[in-house]
Amino acid sequence: MSSQLLRIARLFRAGFVINGKMLATSTFFMLIAVVQPVIFATIAFYMFRSGGRAGTLLYASLGAGMMGVWSTTLFASGGMIQWQRWQGTLELGVASPVSLPLIYLPFCVANSFTGAYALGATLLWGRLLFGVPLQLAHPWAFVLALPTVVISLSLLGLLLASTFVLYRNANAMSNLLEYPVWIASGLVFSTSILPGWSHPFSWVLPPYWGILALRHAAFGGNAWTPIGMALLLGGVSVVLATFTLRWFEHLARARATLALT
Amino acid sequence: MNFWRIFFVGGLIAYRGLFNWIRPSMYIPTMLGSPLFQLIFFTKLGQFARAQSADFYIVGNSVQVAAMASIYGMAMAIANERSFGTLGPLLASPANRAAVFLGRGLPVLANGLFVSTFTFLAGALFLGFRPELATLPALAAVVVVTTASCTSFGMMLGSIGLRAKDYMFAANLTYFLMLLFCGVNIPIAVLPGWMSAISRCLPLTHGIAAARQVANGATLGDVSGLVWTELGIGPVYAVGAFVLFRVLERESRRSAVLDAY
Repeated sequence: MSSQLLRIARLFRAGFVINGKMLATSTFFMLIAVVQPVIFATIAFYMFRSGGRAGTLLYASLGAGMMGVWSTTLFASGGMIQWQRWQGTLELGVASPVSLPLIYLPFCVANSFTGAYALGATLLWGRLLFGVPLQLAHPWAFVLALPTVVISLSLLGLLLASTFVLYRNANAMSNLLEYPVWIASGLVFSTSILPGWSHPFSWVLPPYWGILALRHAAFGGNAWTPIGMALLLGGVSVVLATFTLRWFEHLARARATLALT
Repeated sequence: MNFWRIFFVGGLIAYRGLFNWIRPSMYIPTMLGSPLFQLIFFTKLGQFARAQSADFYIVGNSVQVAAMASIYGMAMAIANERSFGTLGPLLASPANRAAVFLGRGLPVLANGLFVSTFTFLAGALFLGFRPELATLPALAAVVVVTTASCTSFGMMLGSIGLRAKDYMFAANLTYFLMLLFCGVNIPIAVLPGWMSAISRCLPLTHGIAAARQVANGATLGDVSGLVWTELGIGPVYAVGAFVLFRVLERESRRSAVLDAY
């Protein structure tokens, strides 16, 4: 049992490290994870500053950082299996004795972990350029919320990876879904300004609970319920992803279309 | 006659072959879905920040999304010659370079106008944008001028893409920076001096300012200064792009790196 766990841990480490290295050398992902969030944070800072809502610069920093986490998860995990296919490594993954979710989970965690650069970048940018203080109402809750957000988005990323593969243009789906999730999750504004019918969509999105957890930890409020909800939705995502990955593998083997783009 | 055939027919064929996002499965999510949600995102953010009226964001973003067609479309229509391995045969042909180069701008311009019109209509349908009917011809004229100057700017990026390894990085970065610098969501007066100085040299800035005034009831005569400035910016970038194209062509021949990555 312990050797089995050790093998899984070794597998996880190898997948995480190799994908983390690949992402770190990609200019596209550095743009998405660092540059884009800083630009959006700056836009949000100026919009808040020119508007009548006071004390919202840290709010904008956190929101823009979460936008970066989501974008990186969406593009990196959403296109992951397609990229594996293009690189010719998908067959090796599918043929290996380990189950597919176990192979791709560390990749997804590395994707969201890279996305977490965005939070660091926007908080640092806000501090250096706009003097936004990082005063946290519940520092320990914030420290716990941060990895929870990354993990829950990683698990959602596994679900994206397993479903986007059925769509020929996974990158088109990624382009389409970037803004809607920013909007529905209320990353830089409250979802209370959205129409009532959209609220149930917000509730099933881990980024919605993730940003609530970070905000409540930073500004005060109950951070534990959002942290729990983010973890719960992450768990649901991984269960769904396990089924969809098995289905994808079955279809690809049955139709002999695994390597076809 | 041969010049115009290359300009119109060659431009259209090149655009169809080189613009990666032309298939409906890619075009609809990327060129229509993404601008639609960009519009909603910034309008809601502005509403939350209590910064400007909804029309400010609707006009700004509806004009700016033309840059998505212009920047990415033009960059792909030129730089993909190198990516697809057709640059060598193209430059070995005796075709007039100006016709080859500028002809690609026409389909890009048409696409930019379509995307912008779609986004204005979405603003009317979902966000209550209601300009006076009498202002529409002037608004359309401003959008045409602005999209044309954006297309010229895209030509510049395309030319750089003939030599630069990762031209999509430059295209993505430019698109995001335009959101920040060109007064799309932030009044230019709010930006620091150095940023507003840069914004005055970019396409979009004057066009968006003119479009906002026209949507508020101003005539073309009232905004002629802004329109003429926008009209003047386009040729400057187009000439700069063409000169760069010829210089890079000559340098690539001289150092034998035409298709080298």
